[in-house]
Amino acid sequence: MMNPYILEMNNISKEFTGVKALSNVNFKVNKGEIHCLIGENGAGKSTLMKVLSGVYPHGTYSGDIVYEGQVQSFSKISDSVKTGIAIIYQELALFPDLTVYENIFAGNEVKKGSVVDWNQTIIKAQEMLNKVKLNVNPEVLIKDLGVGKQQLVEIAKALSKDVKLLILDEPTAALNEDDSENLLQLLRELKNQGITCIMISHKLKEVIAIADQVTVLRDGQTICTLDASKNEISEAVIIKNMVGREIDDIYPKRNKKEFGNTVLEIKNWTAFDPKLGRDVVKDVSLHVKKGEIVGIAGLMGSGRTELAQSIFGNPKSYKLRGELFSGGVKKVFKNPKEAINDGIAYVTEDRKGDGLFLIQDIKQNISVANLHAISSQGVINNNEEVKISNEYKQSINIKAPSVEQLVGNLSGGNQQKVSLGKWLFVNPKLLILDEPTRGIDVGAKYEIYTLMNRLISEGMSIIMISSELTEVLGMSDRIYVMAEGQIKGELPIDEADQEKIMKLATQ
Amino acid sequence: MKLLKEAKSLISVNIRDYGMYIALFIIMLTFSIMTDGLFMSSRNISNLIDATGYIAVLAVGMTLVIVIRHIDLSVGFAAGFLGAIAAILLTQAGVPVYITIPVILVLGIIVGLFNGFLVAQMGIPSFVASLAAMLIFRGALLRVTEKTGTIIVKDEHFNAIGNGFIPAIAKIGELNLLSMIIGVVIIALFIYFEISKRRNKLKYNFEVISSGMFALKITFISAIIAYITWILAGYNGFSWTVVIVMIVVVIYHFLTTSTVIGRHIYAVGSNPEAAHLSGISVKKITYIVFCSMGMLSALSGILFTSRLQSATTTAGTLFELDAIAAAYVGGVSAAGGVGKITGSIIGAIVMASLSSGMNLLGVGISYQYMIRGGVLALAVIFDVMTRRQRARA
Repeated sequence: MMNPYILEMNNISKEFTGVKALSNVNFKVNKGEIHCLIGENGAGKSTLMKVLSGVYPHGTYSGDIVYEGQVQSFSKISDSVKTGIAIIYQELALFPDLTVYENIFAGNEVKKGSVVDWNQTIIKAQEMLNKVKLNVNPEVLIKDLGVGKQQLVEIAKALSKDVKLLILDEPTAALNEDDSENLLQLLRELKNQGITCIMISHKLKEVIAIADQVTVLRDGQTICTLDASKNEISEAVIIKNMVGREIDDIYPKRNKKEFGNTVLEIKNWTAFDPKLGRDVVKDVSLHVKKGEIVGIAGLMGSGRTELAQSIFGNPKSYKLRGELFSGGVKKVFKNPKEAINDGIAYVTEDRKGDGLFLIQDIKQNISVANLHAISSQGVINNNEEVKISNEYKQSINIKAPSVEQLVGNLSGGNQQKVSLGKWLFVNPKLLILDEPTRGIDVGAKYEIYTLMNRLISEGMSIIMISSELTEVLGMSDRIYVMAEGQIKGELPIDEADQEKIMKLATQ
Repeated sequence: MKLLKEAKSLISVNIRDYGMYIALFIIMLTFSIMTDGLFMSSRNISNLIDATGYIAVLAVGMTLVIVIRHIDLSVGFAAGFLGAIAAILLTQAGVPVYITIPVILVLGIIVGLFNGFLVAQMGIPSFVASLAAMLIFRGALLRVTEKTGTIIVKDEHFNAIGNGFIPAIAKIGELNLLSMIIGVVIIALFIYFEISKRRNKLKYNFEVISSGMFALKITFISAIIAYITWILAGYNGFSWTVVIVMIVVVIYHFLTTSTVIGRHIYAVGSNPEAAHLSGISVKKITYIVFCSMGMLSALSGILFTSRLQSATTTAGTLFELDAIAAAYVGGVSAAGGVGKITGSIIGAIVMASLSSGMNLLGVGISYQYMIRGGVLALAVIFDVMTRRQRARA
């Protein structure tokens, strides 16, 4: 009997310095099917696809990849490309200032001798565009196309390399409904032409509509593989398998729960991103009370960070509509400084990118947002700065030999504590935490949770954005679930559970 | 023995800072030996410092520009142009010197405002914006000197800025009394500030270096100041250029190390996005830094015009590159966020010492450029290596 599998990934394990990203994952894909790969953020989907495509070379993981009946050992991406595997990432890898035809054959140029044959390139590009039913002039620049059409160009590019296994990472995340439907239709047609397809997606409706099989990953492990022909695939079953993690007691208990007046409220809040040309936050209304932790759940790209930044002085210059009330008074924050002056602080999701000053030391990072508190007439009292940073170093337990240590040399958990220290020094009434425990170890997580509880008991309010369902459920008093820039639901903590949140988040 | 150990650890921690001083010391020592002491003669040192004053003030401003991840190529011809305007005001318009100088400095700030507008407001890369400004000022300099050619300045007071010395009052043997007094005052102030800094730290119960080490450090630096004072006092005393450069350095050193605005400048250079999210206006800082650069270009123009006692059609050519080189030799990081005013001044003196020493030795100008280029490359290599080591530690 012929081997039905085009791809078998057996017992794949992959570790990043101490963290196990994949452990003994098994993933089998039949020839000519559409196989959806599903899981929470951080479940290991992207890592698995990177192992497959050779981003992580052979030897950096354990386990076997059997592709077309042969054990493969890709040491670089071009190795997997040669065998007919093409991967299309969520962040498209196109050159915006080049034409469609140049993009389709970038790295795979049509040559006559040693020079590029541009006429042939254009003719062949047109063929590829016909295959993906994209009706544009191949000489148009990529940046002049919409995201949906760009996605099709990516697929055309893959087809030009005789792709046998096409991998799409959240292809419809940035598309509107029409474009999504077109894309799914195209995938069905490619399937009829014998091309196998692996699709990572968070939109369960799409998955149910298109998948022949679904594999669910959770915490780096294969949970199950469901088969459409056996009628195993349904929203409820998928969600149950995606979540299912126990809420353990790593979340410290809070005794007193008393909420005061509303600290911040936004109504019909919409943020238009001129760079993307679409609304990243749509008609959001929410409020936070004094002494309350409000969780904002949702998957990556659901508009949570954009919402937080649009509240915090709008540093990305979105076009905002709607109203914002701080302490009951209508306010407009023109820049982060005004938001800070009004008592709002924002700990960013990307602490290395836009949170910390890595080449500066701990004390300079802690004092930077509130230098006026330690200076008179614009002259800084350096001793006062050392004293205060030492106080924060102790009270939030930043592990470092001294406050003169460069922040770039600290571990993730300690860097996050420095971020927190910086904003605590401002003494805000509302602290917005964006993924406060991403990439830090369990011990540091616990310390941060304990700190959050202490702040709440001192009368602060917290908005916590998190992709970790257990964290949201373990820490929040009330939960908003976001998807596609909208609030899809508000759940009091007593009524919330992982299934409900995941259902709202994958709408 | 304990003292030696402490000194060793101090040096290894601050290797990058001390390395520069050590390099300068070695350069000076080498030239002294090779020229039989001529290099360290009162007259030569005095000339050396005066001849580098107009680059030194540019290097101070350039340090901040590079710290916030920009560059300003227009400073050379801006200095040339503003120097020419100063000459015109003094000669053709008959404006007195005490009005001319502030007017030129304000014009410099306006020049900076123009660059700042292009960079901060319009978002043009500073390399391109200041290149455009450089061409404009070069044209402007030619335009204003076209009819007359070189403009000779006869104003004694103005020319004293680049050539004159502070009055001696009296002479003790060969030495200028006032210069000696100033030297002593500087040493006294230095010791006073160091002691009060140490006292303050002790008040906060912070760790300080041992009292032996402290005494050694103070004695050492005081001795250097005394030596330089003695050398200069033996010729004509402190020149006005030295006084002006010292004032600029003290102000900017204070500004960058002890003030909120200084901290904001380094924060913007270190991570502009994080700075913005910390409530710092990146735009405002960019304007401030370019305006300060413009003002210092004006000062440089005044120093240069005064030194030559005339404004020429080519004044300011390549000043910007000398200033940039001095900043890099002085340890400013091209990646932004790192660099000291004192470092850049030492960098400027290192480059000037090389020129002066090689001139005394009669080294051909072709070799001089190559050697200075080599030193620049070496300094940056040393910088990168020590930084890498620190990152690993």
